[in-house]
Amino acid sequence: MPVKDSAPQRSHTTPEVLAPPVCRSAGSVLSVNDVSLETVSELLTQATVLEQEDPLKRARRLAKRRIALLFYESSTRTRTSFELAAKGLGADTTLVSSLSSSIEKGETLKDTGLTLRALGAEAIILRHPSSGAPWLLERETGLPVLNAGDGMHEHPSQALLDLRTMLAHLRPGVETVTADTLAGVTVTIVGDILHSRVARSNMLLLPKLGAKVVLCGPRELLPELAAQAGPGIEIERDFLKAIRQSHVVMMLRIQAERLAGLQLDLEDYKAGYQLTQERLAAHAPKALVMHPGPIIRGLELTGEVADGPQSLILEQVHHGVAVRMALVNRALTSHSEKAGA
Amino acid sequence: MILIRGGHLIDPAASMDALKDIVLKDGRVVEIADPGRSNLGKVKTGAEVQIIEAKGLIVAPGLVDIHVHLREPGQGHKETIATGTAAAAAGGFTSVAAMPNTTPTNDTPEITRWMQAPERGASVRVFPIGAATRAIKGEVLNDYAALKAAGVVAVTDDGHPILKDSIMREVLINATRQGLSVIQHAEDTRLTGGCSMNAGATAFRLGLRGMPPEAEYGLVERDIRLVTELSMNGKGDKNGNRPHLHVAHTSTAQAVAAVRQARRNGLRVTCEVAPHHFLLTEEHVGAYDTNAKMNPPLRSAADRDAMIQGILDGVVDAIATDHAPHASHEKEVEFERAPNGITGLESALGLSLRWLHHEWKLPLGRVLSLLSAQPAALLGLRGRGTLTVGSFADVVIFDPKQEWVFHARDSKSKSKNTPFDGWTMQGKIHWTISEGRVVFSAGA
Repeated sequence: MPVKDSAPQRSHTTPEVLAPPVCRSAGSVLSVNDVSLETVSELLTQATVLEQEDPLKRARRLAKRRIALLFYESSTRTRTSFELAAKGLGADTTLVSSLSSSIEKGETLKDTGLTLRALGAEAIILRHPSSGAPWLLERETGLPVLNAGDGMHEHPSQALLDLRTMLAHLRPGVETVTADTLAGVTVTIVGDILHSRVARSNMLLLPKLGAKVVLCGPRELLPELAAQAGPGIEIERDFLKAIRQSHVVMMLRIQAERLAGLQLDLEDYKAGYQLTQERLAAHAPKALVMHPGPIIRGLELTGEVADGPQSLILEQVHHGVAVRMALVNRALTSHSEKAGA
Repeated sequence: MILIRGGHLIDPAASMDALKDIVLKDGRVVEIADPGRSNLGKVKTGAEVQIIEAKGLIVAPGLVDIHVHLREPGQGHKETIATGTAAAAAGGFTSVAAMPNTTPTNDTPEITRWMQAPERGASVRVFPIGAATRAIKGEVLNDYAALKAAGVVAVTDDGHPILKDSIMREVLINATRQGLSVIQHAEDTRLTGGCSMNAGATAFRLGLRGMPPEAEYGLVERDIRLVTELSMNGKGDKNGNRPHLHVAHTSTAQAVAAVRQARRNGLRVTCEVAPHHFLLTEEHVGAYDTNAKMNPPLRSAADRDAMIQGILDGVVDAIATDHAPHASHEKEVEFERAPNGITGLESALGLSLRWLHHEWKLPLGRVLSLLSAQPAALLGLRGRGTLTVGSFADVVIFDPKQEWVFHARDSKSKSKNTPFDGWTMQGKIHWTISEGRVVFSAGA
């Protein structure tokens, strides 16, 4: 065939990207994109209702209903708060972790999910090292699934509890959120953005409420294209410039378990991005300091900052239980649309 | 003996595009005649003649797919040579070149012969491709003379690209000496460890590690440099043989550009594109659909457009499916853990006619050439990909206008891993004939 001297660029009608039909369960939250602002408002309102409710009355809401916690990665905060949330609503919970279960013997996620369903689980709370695993579990079991963190992808319940924490300080009393609830608010997320599911969920959720999200970190941990993940996201590599404009500074842990051979000079990292009391006092004396945990004192932030008056780290943990009660309650009380819908 | 009567014969290699009757006998084409004018009368009376009425249908050379994984020996739960070639026949293919990444790998004349043995129950002709290096480890070269004598038509370490310059150079030199093509799956695996889709904003959003395009085109450029060195200003080796590099499943704009430039420089460098790479983009991964996971991965829209452009302007030499069956239980796992690959034999013609021909106006003869004459010529498959008198009686007969819907569940392949389930296809195949035997008919 003759080859032309240059390839003229034509545009072609191409097949629509027919995302394969995905059968979703009502009540599932796999991504922050699964919840509309209306649903976020409902969840925030419900979190407060449940938090304030008489514990004995609350425990009748999901009395003896079965919820499985399926954890393929270690967790302290998320697991405990989901468990306390479910138990607070009266549900029976069971924890299956990748160690000490048939997962060790090679059982697949599909089969483990089907087994839990056969045991009577009505919803599964999943933490998994592979991005997208909750979609597989939901598809194969047909159960509502709450994503408690999937690989480097998302951690939607964390973003919702972060939002509740922010609102408590920046918009006290507000539970019904709209597209401009956080207008004028800048939230900077600092550190290992590339490997962070917390960062992805927050950067997708907060701009929906009008916040500006600024991502800050070295190139190895923050690729330029992160800014294309959604609207309202900017990159500022200069840490001090970033925190200077911020109302909220969210620090992230360096995820040693996901670095996959990436060599990082920790001393350089600390020099560039560690949040110290001096930096905070000089550049962001009013900013709220958040961190999804676990924190590594002396690395991404100093102990002084973590324990200091601007830190909301433990408050975030506290909000986690209320938000997860709302999520668990919704998972078991939403009704799937009829098949084919 | 078969008489195909009243059909519209398109044989691009012979510049044939006319109403013709065709007579097939003893596995060969024995006569091409104007309608109703064949010399069948000369045939001894009593000889059985099967008549195929092809009025309103296209009669074309059986299709040639130079990139399939038939999984035998060793992975019969995914596909066997019998099921894979049955799928080929259903898709209009009469020649398939089988990749060597089997278990064990196709390193030896024994395995090469085993694959072609009648006991395998192949519906269509299987041309084994040999492993370039022992156990496709990229270290020790196999015996190409012995492999060629056993029937190997090219060598490759498909899926385990040869990264060491010194080894790739030796592979090219030795293959050239035997007149064999070298097929490279171009992927610098030093850049793709742990990756499961194309690098870019979509991969970032999905939290998946991405394969950068340079992992493909970087290796293509390296291979072209080696071919340039070994081509000796076009003179080739002492027997006048010039190295032939064939780039498998090209997926990036830069790789196509590199091939375009190499050809302009007079090198024997060819490339193929798979239907999924000229139709789909990384967005198709959607909600972690493992049927959208293959290697090379679905790329950006700009890359997909470059594949279309490369096909339309002729730099792409062949459409090849990279038919890669996997059992459903192997694909029903976490995206990152799922094996790479999709089936392709039964959707290639329908997709090519629907999109390349109908939508993008590539003439029917060009589409068929990309699916038969050109790939056959590229691997030197004599008597294939054409229907001149004396050629093998490999024929596909189809209705070019008829639309139909492809359902994976109806596939003859043992595996159903395709992203094209439910897609509208164009060009319904009525018969496929391999060496004079009807191996597929729509009614059956």
